[in-house]
This record gives sequence, structure tokens and C-alpha cells, in this order.
Amino acid sequence: MKRVLRRYARLLAVQIRTSFTLAVQYRFDFFVEGALAVVWLAIALVPLAVVFARRTTVAGWSYPEALVVVGLFSMLKAVLDGGVMPSLNHVVDGIRKGTLDFILLKPADAQFLVSTARFEPWRILDFVGSIGIVCFAFHRLGRWPTAGHACTGLLLFSVALMLVYSLWILVVSLSFRVVKVDNLSYLFMSIFDAGRWPVHVFKGALRMLFTVVFPLALMTTYPAQALLGTLRGTHALLAGTGGLLFTAVARVVWQRSLRSYTSASS
Amino acid sequence: MVAYRSEFLVWILSMNMPLVMMALWTAVAADGPVGRFGQRDFVSYYLGMFIVRILAGSWLVWELTMEIRSGTLATRLLRPIHPLWAFSATQLAAVPMRVIVLSPLVVVLYWVAGARLPLHDPARVAIVVAAIAGAWLLLFLVMAIIGMLAAYVESALSVFDLWLAAQSILSGFLVPLELMPAWVARVARVLPFRYILGFPVETLIGLESNATALRDLGVQWLFIAGALVATIALWRRALRRFAAFGG
Repeated sequence: MKRVLRRYARLLAVQIRTSFTLAVQYRFDFFVEGALAVVWLAIALVPLAVVFARRTTVAGWSYPEALVVVGLFSMLKAVLDGGVMPSLNHVVDGIRKGTLDFILLKPADAQFLVSTARFEPWRILDFVGSIGIVCFAFHRLGRWPTAGHACTGLLLFSVALMLVYSLWILVVSLSFRVVKVDNLSYLFMSIFDAGRWPVHVFKGALRMLFTVVFPLALMTTYPAQALLGTLRGTHALLAGTGGLLFTAVARVVWQRSLRSYTSASS
Repeated sequence: MVAYRSEFLVWILSMNMPLVMMALWTAVAADGPVGRFGQRDFVSYYLGMFIVRILAGSWLVWELTMEIRSGTLATRLLRPIHPLWAFSATQLAAVPMRVIVLSPLVVVLYWVAGARLPLHDPARVAIVVAAIAGAWLLLFLVMAIIGMLAAYVESALSVFDLWLAAQSILSGFLVPLELMPAWVARVARVLPFRYILGFPVETLIGLESNATALRDLGVQWLFIAGALVATIALWRRALRRFAAFGG
């Protein structure tokens, strides 16, 4: 077991090194995209600013509290853009062209290999900027999370990371059947975008959708509430188990889809 | 065939941003109107935004940059019809299908906004139609201009991303312009962005009087004329450059 883990750690290091080399090669492109990400982040704050210029609270959330959600959202997005999307887009390409064969032939877990194929190191800047937003929000709030709250927040944030990753694996699994996935990833990102708002803003069916089906609430609202100390214990527990369940389901679906992969030639 | 249909559906679904903003603003307006926007106004504004965005949407910039990069534009140049005419024809051919898909939403819009919609006034209906057609044309030309930059630079699509970023704020796409700070709204009136989304929506749901709408329509078509001149000029130059690319 220990040897296996060490082997995978070494493999991860190799993959990350490759990505760094690639990133340095296309420096200008990454720089442009990094700058664009900052622009989009700033634009995302505009509706928030306009709304809270008119109201002190919206659906029970004050300005700094909503800012915590936005900060967590953009942290997640940075991880997604930098660590998850590039790899998985790479797989989708492989499925279409049939080059996935080369990955499947390698003597390591295929899901591990495809999930670590590409990183965009410049996204770390986005991540740091987003931490800045969260810190600014707590500064405005005038109080900082207690150690306990910070721990729960961190824990739920890792659940959120797993959720995002699993959802993506599900999307990619779908691409074994529907070849055109660039549109699907566009759809995914457009729904994911709603995560910048506290889920309490949405009513009825939409809230159900964002809690259970596409669990945006678990990704941004609950971790934010945990940090703010307003999350109920039962919710935290449910979020944790829900996240684990989702990850397990994604793994099973991935393995099933892989079985139906027939390469491009056949 | 199924793949194409699902693609179309996915495209429509991924335009969901106005619906999210609608949910947000109706929550905000739950305890009293914002400016002159009540809950119903927000619903009709963002429904209108959704409809106009899909009707006047275009994907020329992606097609053009791809064809320029891969060189397939060359085959289009051989045909006895100007490529931009061909592009616009394929895009316009998609409109009837879009109308069919959108028609349930139009019914919902009518049901929500009812009396506010200027359907009884033929002059107004004409203005709305002209505004939506103009919005489509303006976006198409802007996309042609930015798309042709691909003949010069690698990252023409990044340029378009920047355009989209500015458009989402200055066109009233995220927030109705009249709820923005007054100076932003004023700046937006003299920039082209508003005439692609905000202006047709505002006339459609009756936020503007006929006189103002007519004046804004004039401004919109002025922008179109300007964009048309720029497109023609740039097209000739870019084409010369493109020939150098492939040959």
C-alpha cells in the first residue's frame, strides 16, 4: 500500500512538472487568460455591489457575508480552471481522437492519469486573489471565524472540491456517449456560475435543484456558513455524507463508461 | 441528428444567466420595488433579455477564427458568393427554429408583463422588430471585425472575451442599466454594447417611450453603419494578409 502511494506521488510530481513546462512555453496565452480571469472576477462583483447599494440584506445575507460566498466561489473556480478542467478537456479530446488508448495502456489507474494530465499553474494567482476577497469580507465583518468554525469550513470546502471534481468526471463520462462535450462544459460552467450567490436567494424548485441535483449549496453556501458560524450541525453532516456519496457514484459511473469506450477506430 | 439536437438544447440551456439574475433580483425586490422595478418588472426584463439574447445571438466569431486558423476559409473564398453573406445566411436560417423553441417563453412573458407589452401599438411593434434585427446585425458585424483579427494575432478570441466582459456590464445584461450608478448608465448610452442587448429589451417590455425608442433606434443604426464600413475596410486588408498566411 505504501509503495503504491509513493509511486502515485512520484507520478503526480512528473505530471505537474510536465504542465509547468507547457505553461512556460505558452506564457503569453496564460498571462492573457489570467488577466481575463481577474476582469471576470471584478465583473462578478458588480451585481453584488449594485444590489447591496440598494439593500442592507438580501435573503438574510449581509454584504460581507455574501462576499464570503463569492470568495469561496472564486476559490473553487480557480481550482476548477487550473486543476480540473484542463485535464478533463484533454481526456475529452482523447476520446474523440482515440488517443485515450495510450493512457489506458499505461500501468496506472486511468482515472488518476487523466485527472492529473494537465494543470494551469497561473491559476494559483486567482486562488490567492480569492483568499484575499474572503479575508476582506471578514475584515468588513469585524470578526474572524473561531478555530472550530474554520475547521468545519475547511472540511466542507474539501468536500466542495470533491464535488466539483466528481461532477466533472460525470460530465466526461457522458462524453463517451455524446461526443461533443465542449458545449457540455460550457453548460456546466454556466450553471456553476450561479454558485456565487447564497443558495437562499433561490426559491422553490430552483433551490432544490441547486441543493440536491447540482449541489451548488454544498459547494459555496455551506462552507461559507460554516466559516461564518451560522451552519447547523445536521446540515454539515448531511453535506459531508452527500459529498462522499457523490464522489463514489462518480467513480462507479466513470468505470462503467470506460467499459463502453471502443476507441476511435472501431 | 440526435447529437445536433442535444447540442442545440445544451446551447439554449447554457444561456441561463438571465434566469439566475432574475431569481436574484426578484428576491431583492421581495420587500419593495428597486427604482421603478418591481418583481414583475424584473421577471419581464430578464425574460426579455433571455429571448433577445437567443434571437439576436450569433457565433460568427468562433467560426471565423477557426476557419482563418485552419485555412478552410480558402474554400469559401472560391465560391461565387461573399463569405460574410454565406455566414449570415446560415445564421439567419437558424432563427425560425429558435423562434419555435422560444415561443413558450414568449407566452410566459406575455402572461407576466401583459398590459405593459406594447403589442397594441403597431408603430411600437415595428420599432421592437427593427431593434432586434439591428441588435443581431450589430453583433454579427462586431464579431466579423474581431474574428478577422485572427488573421493578425493568435488571441482574437481573447479579444472577444474582453468585449463580452465589457458587454455584460455595459449592455444591461447583468443589471438593468437604470439601476446602475447614473454615470455608468450615461456612458453606456454612447457605447455600442447597450444597442446589442439592453435597448431591444427595454423597448420590448415597454420601459421606453416611443419617442426615446425611436431616437435610440437611430443611434443603433448609426453604430451599424459605422461597423459596416469598418467591416468592409478590414475584410479587404485581412484577406490580403490571409492569402499570405496560406500561400
